Amino acid sequence: MEQQLFWLWGGIAVISAVMMILKRNPVHSALCLVVVFVSLALLYVLLGAEFLAAVQVIVYAGAIMVLFLFVIMLLNLETEVRSQGLSRVAFKACSLAGTGLLLLLLLGGGAVKALRAMAPEQVSGVPGNTQAVAELLFTKYLLPFEVTSILLLAAIVGALVLAGKRD
Amino acid sequence: MSLLAIGIALAKAVIVFVCLLLCVAYSTWLERKVLGHMQVRCGPLRVGWYGLLQPIADGIKLFFKEDIVVSGANKFLYILSPMIVMIAACASIAVVPFGDYIDVFGQKIYLRVADVDIGVLYIFALSSLSVYGITLAGWSSNSKYALLGGLRASAQMISYELATGLSIIGVLMHAGSLRPTDIVAGQDIWYIVKQPIGFLIFVICAFAECNRSPFDLPEAENELVPGFHVEYSSMKFALFFMAEYAHMIVVSALAATLFLGGWRGPVLPGIVWFMLKVFAMMFFFIWIRATYPRFRYDQLMKFGWKVLFPVALLNIVVTGIGMVIWG
Repeated sequence: MEQQLFWLWGGIAVISAVMMILKRNPVHSALCLVVVFVSLALLYVLLGAEFLAAVQVIVYAGAIMVLFLFVIMLLNLETEVRSQGLSRVAFKACSLAGTGLLLLLLLGGGAVKALRAMAPEQVSGVPGNTQAVAELLFTKYLLPFEVTSILLLAAIVGALVLAGKRD
Repeated sequence: MSLLAIGIALAKAVIVFVCLLLCVAYSTWLERKVLGHMQVRCGPLRVGWYGLLQPIADGIKLFFKEDIVVSGANKFLYILSPMIVMIAACASIAVVPFGDYIDVFGQKIYLRVADVDIGVLYIFALSSLSVYGITLAGWSSNSKYALLGGLRASAQMISYELATGLSIIGVLMHAGSLRPTDIVAGQDIWYIVKQPIGFLIFVICAFAECNRSPFDLPEAENELVPGFHVEYSSMKFALFFMAEYAHMIVVSALAATLFLGGWRGPVLPGIVWFMLKVFAMMFFFIWIRATYPRFRYDQLMKFGWKVLFPVALLNIVVTGIGMVIWG
């Protein structure tokens, strides 16, 4: 059951990721990105990491919503939607990249197996995975966590400065 | 999982879904009736006793209306968006606990569809997905009014989602868990007593999240006709309409669970208490609609970012300090 669900959602994630790149319409691309993130969240649920799954949807769905609004408000959609199909060069590049990816996947299979063998033990020591994440974030990874938050704060301030300069 | 367990889970899901739809239908009746009396009218009276069959008549009428897809609409998204809104609204009810448990033929049946570790976050995740339905509806129907309504809705929901999330953190700090049943179990004293400001912010944001008056700008009929769903007809329109009420019920249930002690209460069985609390909240929603005029758009944005957001943050800090001092 878990295997099939993994392949289902993994497949959906990969297909919609490819669709995101291939779609001409930016709105469709943004939507495909949402599908990618939701199916990734479902994969997290399969791994028993419900907290991560919920946060993934909340954070990324919100973020892509903003992206989506930018697309609608700032781009003139008619000029963006070009009618021609993929060019030859792009097609070749895509197929090359695809083959590379496939090889990587096959090679990575072994690594995934090793990872899968070790994942459940690490989580099972703590009562729920919200607690597990919190404990790790605020003890072992406290410094990186705080540094990330300062980085985000700097980004916000920077955005404000850039936006304020116009008027 | 045994066959019986699967059967019970399925039965619970179906029963809760049907009950939710019934509640949705009858909250439209309640709204029209209450609004009517508040405006010194009678509300629906003709269909059935005190107009009780009115929602069913409305439903049948909507089914037989012509189903229109506007020319120039993005057909796929146009059809998809009411579904997204409705699914997100209905799926949220799954993690809300209605009561403790009942005994059926020696089987303990817990009165909730799913008892998830991250229940509260799950509801927030679904509500952040439901924004897509509204925005896409506005964008895909190829109409200026609808687009403006959709844009307004998404801007409003994004801004108020943050304050909603922050407003309940105080409760989560008291309960020490994201699981709705734990939160209910922690309320020997209702959290509204410990978190009055949190409750206030939560309720205000709930109005905005449901696009209810006084925050019903996305469907401001004076400027935008009815906003994002202007081009929808028949059951597609009905889905938006039902989703709005379903969303209201979910938010009321969430408020009851987080702040009003959930199913807990003396004498009466838990589920009765829970329904009473939910419908008290619904009544409050309608009451507000009858009382206050609509905000202007800039007022709405300013209020969200400059008042609710800082106050919610401050509430967290104060709660933290209080918990350190008084244990």
